[in-house]
Amino acid sequence: MSLQQLASRLQENFATGFIKAVEWRGDLAVTVTRDRLHDVAQFLHDDPAMDFDYIVHVSSVDWPDDEERFEVVYEFYSIKKRQRIRLKTRVPESDCIVDSLTDLWKGADFMEREVYDMMGIRFRHHPDLRRILMPDDYSEGYPLRKDFPLRGKGWRDTFEFLDETAR
Amino acid sequence: MAFEDQRTTVYKVNPAHPESETLPTLRTEELLLNMGPQHPSTHGVLKVILELEGERLVKSTPVLGFLHRGVEKLAEDGTYHQFIPHTDRLDYVCAMYNNFAYCRAVEKLMNITVPDRAEYLRTIVAEVQRIIGHQFWLGTQALDIGAMTVFFYCFRDREILLDWFDELCGARLTTSWYRIGGVERDFTSSLLEKLKQFLDYFPPKIDEYVVFLEKNRIWVARTKGVAVISAEDAVSFGLSGPTLRGSGVDYDLRKAEPYSAYPKCEFSVPLGKNGDTYDRYWIRVQELYESVKIIRQCLEQMQDGPIMADVPSVTLPPKQRVFTNLESMIQQFKLFSQGFSAPPGEIYCGTEAHKGELGFYIVSTGGGKPYRLKIRAPSFIHMGAFDHMSRGYMIADAITLFGTYDIVMGECDR
Repeated sequence: MSLQQLASRLQENFATGFIKAVEWRGDLAVTVTRDRLHDVAQFLHDDPAMDFDYIVHVSSVDWPDDEERFEVVYEFYSIKKRQRIRLKTRVPESDCIVDSLTDLWKGADFMEREVYDMMGIRFRHHPDLRRILMPDDYSEGYPLRKDFPLRGKGWRDTFEFLDETAR
Repeated sequence: MAFEDQRTTVYKVNPAHPESETLPTLRTEELLLNMGPQHPSTHGVLKVILELEGERLVKSTPVLGFLHRGVEKLAEDGTYHQFIPHTDRLDYVCAMYNNFAYCRAVEKLMNITVPDRAEYLRTIVAEVQRIIGHQFWLGTQALDIGAMTVFFYCFRDREILLDWFDELCGARLTTSWYRIGGVERDFTSSLLEKLKQFLDYFPPKIDEYVVFLEKNRIWVARTKGVAVISAEDAVSFGLSGPTLRGSGVDYDLRKAEPYSAYPKCEFSVPLGKNGDTYDRYWIRVQELYESVKIIRQCLEQMQDGPIMADVPSVTLPPKQRVFTNLESMIQQFKLFSQGFSAPPGEIYCGTEAHKGELGFYIVSTGGGKPYRLKIRAPSFIHMGAFDHMSRGYMIADAITLFGTYDIVMGECDR
């Protein structure tokens, strides 16, 4: 199945949730609405013509100027069909939660935890949604958001600086 | 490739239903044990909270992030060229392959074709790095499990290759030899000579490692039937590399999505069938032989030619010219400080490193810096299967499990 066929197949099956499909540099990226994400993923996982049995990575991108600020990115691979697809959805900052795909791919567990830790996007029905790379009690926000300063924030700001010119 | 099954039928645990059969009927209190973060066999700073029923593992919870340095955040602040040395520090025992995976991803983003000779050089060095990685794994895993001798033999041979790297790029571990569009410098005749000598020297040494381990009853008893994962579970967890192929799943990016000079070489991908630590060990040893084969073929086929793509807006000028020619110096300076202008878009590019699929997902909005760079680190994803694979085994098998993934925390925590 070519990438165009794959995209049009998804568009036929999910007329309501399908937003767009972009093919660039040989990668196919399909954007769907948030409420249909799990259905589309289930279709990709279960349908014998699709058979995307392997989860490659879960990622997220922050677009602070957009109305729907965060983009959640899933990438799947079919070991039998030797094909890749990228599935994306957008969530607004006020309500950044999407359905977890841990029931379809077990590997999504740690990957979604990382997205939660780094970007603050929550996953509904995730079995163990805790921080994974940052400490459990880290309270200074989500490091990969664009408004988080590169040098970190929090404890550094509390340092007292000695005023050397005052002497 | 046929798998020689020499195993005995003595298993200490039931891999299929560990909970139901291994728990004692007399229920006693559970013990919670913190293993790490400074345990010598965790290969870095990794903590695992083990829940124990007697000596059996009931549940284990990996606690990651002790080595988190925010590499993905740093990537957003630097230009594409500036990020190459950061990739050395991901999987710090196999820096070359990280450089390779990153450079391939940026080349895909920029749509650059690398010249033939550079592709061969890259493949040769990548396979040398794979040998180093597997030697390192074999030595430390055997050491952890209780076979010390092979550690010295592996590290003796690894030293030869590290010295070879030293001569190639001036560093043994943090190499940064790959460049976007090619490689930093060509092989000298001395390097070629040394590599050829090594190829003749090495295969008998692999046989030696094998003898040390397969005649060692402790090694065999502690690897066969330990850390078993079925093919379906391995795929579902997203495992890759020898950890996945140990369960008999034929997924190797060098074959599935051929890149660099791999399609021009003949080699086979060894597959296990039981999905245990022993099969993964067997695969890694076979891959040592395969790597030697690949390097030999590359050395035979390699022709003279340029080692860097000729795209002046992206690739660096030759170093000799930088020191003698003003324009080249300006070009080099601008490429490093401002970066090149990448087209807006997003790509994912996976590369078969010796641990598994090392991928880079890059989002660009134009300009010289990546807008978002996500690293798909095999070690991190393998740790996701730790709990599943450890349940029902003895506490001593946790050591085998750390090793069976070939985990490196620099890559896991990023």
